[in-house]
Amino acid sequence: MTGEAGSRYALSKVHQAEDDLVEHLVAVAERHATEHEVHHVALDLARWSREHLAAVAGTAQARGIDLDPHPHGPSRVSRAAQRATAVMGGRRPEPGVLLLEDVEQLYLLASAASLAWELLGQHAKAQRDADLLGVVTTCHPRTLRQVRWANTTLRTVSPQVLGSL
Amino acid sequence: MDAREQHRLQRLWGERTPYAAGETWPVRVDEHYAEGVTADDVDAWFTTASLLHSNGDAMRIGVRDGRIVGVRGRDDDRVNHGRLDVKDLYGWQANLSRDRLTQPLVRRDGRLEPTDWDTAIGMVADRTKQLLADHGPGSIGFYTTGQLFAEEYWTLTTIARAGIGTHHLDGNTRLCTATAGEALKETFGSDGQPASYRDVDHAEVIALFGHNVAETQPVLWMRMLDRLAGPNPPKLLVVDPRRTKVAEQATVHLAPRSGTNLALLDALLHELLVNDWVDHDFVDAHTVGFDELRARAADWTPAWASEICDVPAEDIRAAARLLGAHTRILATVLQGVYQSHQATAAAVQVNNLVLLRGALGKPGAGVLQMNGQPTAQNTRECGANGDLPGFRNWANDEHIEQLARIWNVDPMQVPHHGPPTHAMNIFRYAETGSVRFLWISGTNLAVSLPELHRIRSILASEGLFVVVQDIFETETTAFADVVLPAATWGEKTGIFTNADRTVHLSEQAVEPPGEARSDLDIFLAYARAMDFRDKDGRPLVHWNDPESAFAAWQRASAGRPCDYTGLTYAKLREHGGIQWPCTADAPLGTERLYTDGISWASADLSESYGRDLVTGASVEEVEYRALNPDGKAVLKAAEYLPPHEIPSTDYPFQLTTGRTIFHFHTRTKTGRTPELNDQAPDVWAELNADDAAQLGVGPGTLVDICSPRGRIRAAARIVPIRRGLVFVPWHYGYWDVQGGADAAAAHDRAANELTITDWDPVSKQPLFKTAVCRVEVVR
Repeated sequence: MTGEAGSRYALSKVHQAEDDLVEHLVAVAERHATEHEVHHVALDLARWSREHLAAVAGTAQARGIDLDPHPHGPSRVSRAAQRATAVMGGRRPEPGVLLLEDVEQLYLLASAASLAWELLGQHAKAQRDADLLGVVTTCHPRTLRQVRWANTTLRTVSPQVLGSL
Repeated sequence: MDAREQHRLQRLWGERTPYAAGETWPVRVDEHYAEGVTADDVDAWFTTASLLHSNGDAMRIGVRDGRIVGVRGRDDDRVNHGRLDVKDLYGWQANLSRDRLTQPLVRRDGRLEPTDWDTAIGMVADRTKQLLADHGPGSIGFYTTGQLFAEEYWTLTTIARAGIGTHHLDGNTRLCTATAGEALKETFGSDGQPASYRDVDHAEVIALFGHNVAETQPVLWMRMLDRLAGPNPPKLLVVDPRRTKVAEQATVHLAPRSGTNLALLDALLHELLVNDWVDHDFVDAHTVGFDELRARAADWTPAWASEICDVPAEDIRAAARLLGAHTRILATVLQGVYQSHQATAAAVQVNNLVLLRGALGKPGAGVLQMNGQPTAQNTRECGANGDLPGFRNWANDEHIEQLARIWNVDPMQVPHHGPPTHAMNIFRYAETGSVRFLWISGTNLAVSLPELHRIRSILASEGLFVVVQDIFETETTAFADVVLPAATWGEKTGIFTNADRTVHLSEQAVEPPGEARSDLDIFLAYARAMDFRDKDGRPLVHWNDPESAFAAWQRASAGRPCDYTGLTYAKLREHGGIQWPCTADAPLGTERLYTDGISWASADLSESYGRDLVTGASVEEVEYRALNPDGKAVLKAAEYLPPHEIPSTDYPFQLTTGRTIFHFHTRTKTGRTPELNDQAPDVWAELNADDAAQLGVGPGTLVDICSPRGRIRAAARIVPIRRGLVFVPWHYGYWDVQGGADAAAAHDRAANELTITDWDPVSKQPLFKTAVCRVEVVR
């Protein structure tokens, strides 16, 4: 089958990106449990990414590529939290700033996932692989909605956080 | 109480006056006077409408010797044709209560002490100025109500948005009607109820979604009952987890599991689509998004929804057949949808049902996204509900410039960097300390907001300056630094608008008690103390009484959907209720919106570019223009997600809160009206008979209802409610608890001790109907 190595590469890339995204969404929800909307919506969005991981693993398996459909254990401290701490020079970060950092990181991770889906979609089109394209068409719009939510959230909460530093 | 009144309380909807489809609803005049007084004893009559629910029942207040002595329904008014409900008939007596606040109070050494107005307003203004200097406008927040008048909201909005320049102004309408506004924006581009109460006279099907109209709008229910009692009655489709009085009359009653409305509605859409019960001419001419809706609804079968909702698939099909067989469909929506999980997404699907059937803009056909409070429509349209005045769009620079011209301020002065801050975020900012000043007008949030222990701790925050403007001492005034005594209905003049766009004048009939002042006068005094100026140095708030405030608001409404320019106080006094838009071209108002296509959805005119119905993310202008280039109604699909809190071993029941016909809000008025309070003096919990039997609970058994947030004690009522669900009315707080201060401090009476802090990410309306609990019998 032509394009097999390409499929392996692009599927793995989506898989990794969605895995990172789930991990971060769950961490955000846990860290910001008192930011109620962020908490609840982040968990709803993590559900989408888990479904995406299962879909990617399913289509990968059909192509003889082994990807874990449920890669994700309990959440670990994400990179964003470490970064926020570093930004604040070792001082305890303001909760508002930590929120901004976390949502910014979410935007970046969701954007990375979106690009990975773009790559997979382009490959599927070039290979005339309708099944693969179907997975992309189902999942990618939701990734874009995750990006938009991060963007809206950042724009909504940032003026108050920055204005009261 | 005489025999006639006993009879009326027992028969809450009065005598039937049956009528047929297309006929005029017959007049029936209801009235009630103080003991020993008759209509002949009245010195003077003043026109008004009910302030104790959203229906807008028009009436006249009778005055004798400077006191209110009774009320009489206006037989010439389009809303009620003379009828009044029990709250209208008796509720006015609360005005006369000896508990009324009559002097401003300020906190000194931890205690609230009487003072004069200049001192109280001076303290509020001084604190505002100091915070503006030290922390900027983002440190100032306002939380208002759905019970002031339009002139008062317009003044408050002008003060907050143009004077102070804060983003933080919202109303308790966030709790009752935010989803109505948001759902209308999503589908029609702008707020504004498409239908009219008169559609009840013509409808073949009335579909009520989470709308217990019998208790929340009893006079509208009288109208429906009169149709049901006449020739060719309408069929009712009722979605409610309780077998309410409305459900008893239903042709099809669906009682879904709490938190699953969207799945049910998605399945109804699926049925309309697969059976092609679609008015394609209408859909082609007036909507966008049909193909995507059809594609996405393909999987949403009744069998799928049946599993989620615990409703038989055949009943869902029967409901869809009812909708599919008729075109004169009036759909109504209220808190069962608005205060539930995925509120806006579900309310929008009701709009979609109406659009697919082409049931819009003609007699008997349309949708009413109802309001919960009497003046909630005005909170929204005046920009005091996290919207901008005149349904303007915060993301549209031209709309901001219009507002800046109206106020004569620099556009940069009007905050528009995002949607105005919604109430739940204002409280969050107070919790984290960045909002340091909160002015609460006309609402008792220490009983009405979710998760009350959290709310109390926010109100008690050291760094938060709390101003409370009300007519009684409440659970909220206990946290105030300054208490401002207000006048109420019958003691001040202004206009307000009901749930079918009917505007009523409410006249001052008597003087307020003691030194109490109208809310308008309070805001005007504050504006003077703050000395807000426009960009030419003239007073920003340049009006000084109700009629000049109304004139200022009319100018702001001109050319927008809620156009008031054709109205005057004199016309409203003479004519009774008139529906907006009312202009020179439509001098007697507008019965139905969208009779000639969708008019406010184009990107240049719309109030919003929309939001993602699941995440709440904003849609950008460029996307909206691409999606809806011709300004049609938008058919927006939304996928179901499970609620965030679901029953567990510890909390095996679902919990829902709601209202009773006898009370309004936190009972500050109705609890002081003997005829009403005697009917429902204390909190109760409704349980299904099977659940009760399993728990060993009988009628009147005291039970503790516990949630992850708290515990309350209530007497059980065994009612036809779906299994696994507990209903608790949320009206009850602590001001009249038996046993005094110690008993009140137990905090075991208010339903909102139990509710969850979670909200619809689209409308930001909190969920009062999707939580969990357990029931313990008190031994």
